[in-house]
Amino acid sequence: MQIKYFSWVKDQIGQESENITITEQIITVKDLINYLKKKNDKYAKAFADDSVIRCAVNMEVTDLNHKISDNDEIAFFPPMTGG
Amino acid sequence: MIKVQKDDFDINKEIKKITSLNKNIGGTGLFIGNVREGKNSELKSMTLEHYPIMTERQLEKINNEAKARWNLIDSLIIHRYGKLYPGDQIVLVATFSRHRTDALNACEFLIDWLKTKAPFWKLEESNQGSTWVKERNSDLDAANKW
Repeated sequence: MQIKYFSWVKDQIGQESENITITEQIITVKDLINYLKKKNDKYAKAFADDSVIRCAVNMEVTDLNHKISDNDEIAFFPPMTGG
Repeated sequence: MIKVQKDDFDINKEIKKITSLNKNIGGTGLFIGNVREGKNSELKSMTLEHYPIMTERQLEKINNEAKARWNLIDSLIIHRYGKLYPGDQIVLVATFSRHRTDALNACEFLIDWLKTKAPFWKLEESNQGSTWVKERNSDLDAANKW
């Protein structure tokens, strides 16, 4: 699974993207966040408040209950500020 | 048409490229967004980050929504990314219709929606350091009114 990070989420985690191998316990985006939070303090801090995290699965904005699979590209970012 | 680019754009050339091709265009709605220097000229630069491919797809979706809601002959969105400076142009939204109401309403709709639905993030750089621009409630309200 390809994961991408943008804006301050990227800054806090310290990388733009990474590949992880999905395990059975990860069914939704929320499960993925909980898995990442356990990796280390950087992730724990970046995902400390779910309410400021937005996500896209295969470049479509979704909510955190969206189901994901190994072939998906998941992106995490703060609210968008275009224009 | 959607363009996501680092380079600046020439508004006059972009508009004429479209109006010269269709002599039924009677009105053009136009929004140009520029980088503000802020209080006491504190902003030194602003870096726009985006999510390539998703950005184009989102802008295309928003643009299709505008075409479905209003009677447009054509429309153009140019959004820049990369490092910009106070006064620089960030975004151009241009809408073309037979009569002004469709062009003006669609133009306002497009800029309101792309503020909160296009995957861009702005990093403001000043002498005090760098700060990511936060979502504004007024932008959310503006998007929700449509």
